Amino acid sequence: MPDGVPPISTDEIQSHIVEALPDAQVHIRDYTGGGDHYEAIVVSSAFDGKNAVARHRLVYGALQDAMVERIHALTLKTMTPQEFEADAQNSGLVNIETNKAS
Amino acid sequence: MQDAAPPNDAVHAHIDETVKNNKVLIYMKGNRAFPMCGFSAATIQIFDSFGIPYETVDVLQDPSIRDGVKRYSNWPTVPQVYLNGEFVGGCDIIQEMHSRGELEPLVRAAVEAD
Repeated sequence: MPDGVPPISTDEIQSHIVEALPDAQVHIRDYTGGGDHYEAIVVSSAFDGKNAVARHRLVYGALQDAMVERIHALTLKTMTPQEFEADAQNSGLVNIETNKAS
Repeated sequence: MQDAAPPNDAVHAHIDETVKNNKVLIYMKGNRAFPMCGFSAATIQIFDSFGIPYETVDVLQDPSIRDGVKRYSNWPTVPQVYLNGEFVGGCDIIQEMHSRGELEPLVRAAVEAD
């Protein structure tokens, strides 16, 4: 990461994604707590009928310059709302969030 | 994506030739024996488990390649996996395809293709 470039926050990442994909649900966490490795699950109907490469490009496009200069690493998972529902049964992360809510 | 430097035709042509001349090719940080990044290491580990021949290019050896391959595929990160000249994905996509059992048949088909 270039010197003098401030780390990006999870809120900033989320707002960039939602700006480009207005219906997106973004589940994001700072993997190391140091602002240099994020993990995001993005759920949007914009991914319908698109392969993984096209989906990731949509998200990378939303993050634009931040992706190159301010985000060292972003582990990305992209799902349509239908896929997210289907995944909710067997995804550990989603189960944890469900447990918290209940 | 901001164009910090104009596209370099020679670099683009070199990458294009490399991608098209290798059935299974991974642009990575470091090499197979010493990956220099966790994402590259995770990707290599999957391909090693298939026991198939594949080539790697260490982008840390050449800044013009490191920059150029991102522009070539319009993809902001490394590693990048190419099968028979086609960009397949980065670490997340490769891991996801592998967990679904979709990757190995695709890789074997690429190796066996003429």
